[in-house]
Amino acid sequence: MTGTLAAIGAGLAAIGAGIGIGKIGGSAMESIARQPEAASKIQTAMLIAAAFIEAVALFAVVVAFLGN
Amino acid sequence: MEFSHIFNSKSTRIIAFFALFIAFFNVNAQETADSTVLSDVHAEHAVEAEKFDINNFILHHIADAHEFHFFGKGEGWTGLYLPVILWTDNGLVTFSSREFQLDNDGKVVVEKDGQRFTRYHNKIFYASDELHHGAYLEMEDGEKGEHIVLNAKPLDFSITKIVFTLLFSIIVLSVVFIGVARSYKKREGKAPKGFQSLIEPVILFVRDDIAKPNLGYKYERYMPYLLTVFFFIWFNNMLGLVPFFPGGANVTGNIAITLVLAVITFLITTFSGNKYYWAHIFKPNVPWWLYPLMIPVEIIGIFTKPIALMIRLFANITAGHILVLALISLIFVFESVAVAPASIIFVLFITLIELLVAFIQAFIFTILSALFIGMAIEEHH
Repeated sequence: MTGTLAAIGAGLAAIGAGIGIGKIGGSAMESIARQPEAASKIQTAMLIAAAFIEAVALFAVVVAFLGN
Repeated sequence: MEFSHIFNSKSTRIIAFFALFIAFFNVNAQETADSTVLSDVHAEHAVEAEKFDINNFILHHIADAHEFHFFGKGEGWTGLYLPVILWTDNGLVTFSSREFQLDNDGKVVVEKDGQRFTRYHNKIFYASDELHHGAYLEMEDGEKGEHIVLNAKPLDFSITKIVFTLLFSIIVLSVVFIGVARSYKKREGKAPKGFQSLIEPVILFVRDDIAKPNLGYKYERYMPYLLTVFFFIWFNNMLGLVPFFPGGANVTGNIAITLVLAVITFLITTFSGNKYYWAHIFKPNVPWWLYPLMIPVEIIGIFTKPIALMIRLFANITAGHILVLALISLIFVFESVAVAPASIIFVLFITLIELLVAFIQAFIFTILSALFIGMAIEEHH
């Protein structure tokens, strides 16, 4: 039972990461469409923000591992 | 052929020194004659093939080990037996890990100078005198049914797989960058040539996009640390993706190594904090009745930032490795070659993403370290 709960927790973390990075990717796409010259700056900022969100999701995965 | 010219250069002298150092350990350890080995292993091993245990497979490849496995299984095991260095009650004991005979269940006892050692799940313990449930250890059952070993442990300073790869990457990075630095000095005023021109854009990238925006005009003091951390993490991440020797050891995915990197960032931040930094923490710019909330939050914030750095790097790299290993073991779980094309394509795709992640994680660690140091040395507006 603990193992299944840990797996469900990791899955919820994946949902959170997906939503967060999806929003960032979406707004990055929109702003590149509005201003193509700034594409590389926007891309850099998007990657940094995505790494942060991924870190939070991975905190949850680490906790799921510990709880397993 | 005359070879002594290789010692003219400082970097090859360093390589030769380290090579001799490691070789000395191996040769010395294997020649000690006064060891006896007791084993019950051969009688117990069943003849039929074991079912593929994916959990064990993945955890074994993520974890540290006392040998460096190249290929092969059982009798055909080919690898590098790394030295085991233990600090026991009677002093320093060293021997080659060959004497454990690849045993990881406490069944083989190595005896040195009257002390008996056995290895259980990658940890070395003082062996008990009799067999208990097939191992020379006394164990009790933990809460979840796993075994907790009650024997004492000597301090383990062995050169394990991760320590070996760490030393290897230190040697490679030192040789490359000392060589580049020397060619800058030799070619003063001239255009860069060769490896210099490969490294120069990356160093300028670290300086212009990471150091200068975050550290202001005092960036030069911290450039050595930022460059070291960036290239160290990047190179070790990449090494972890290479499936054969000398790569394949999970260096940056080991939480002890990322802990040390985060602690160094924490120390640099704390020791270069000026009075505005401490004032922001202990006397933040908020109404006085918020102090009981803000000050503990700020103090906890001093510690959570390096902890987040540590866990971010560790989890990203380890998760990447687990993903690649799990996709490869799909072939063995389904026990059919037909899965292989799909599995290999997935693995290629994920490995390409992992290459990107290797660079991004190094970049994120460096830029966050620069950010924290910048916050510490910031002047009053």
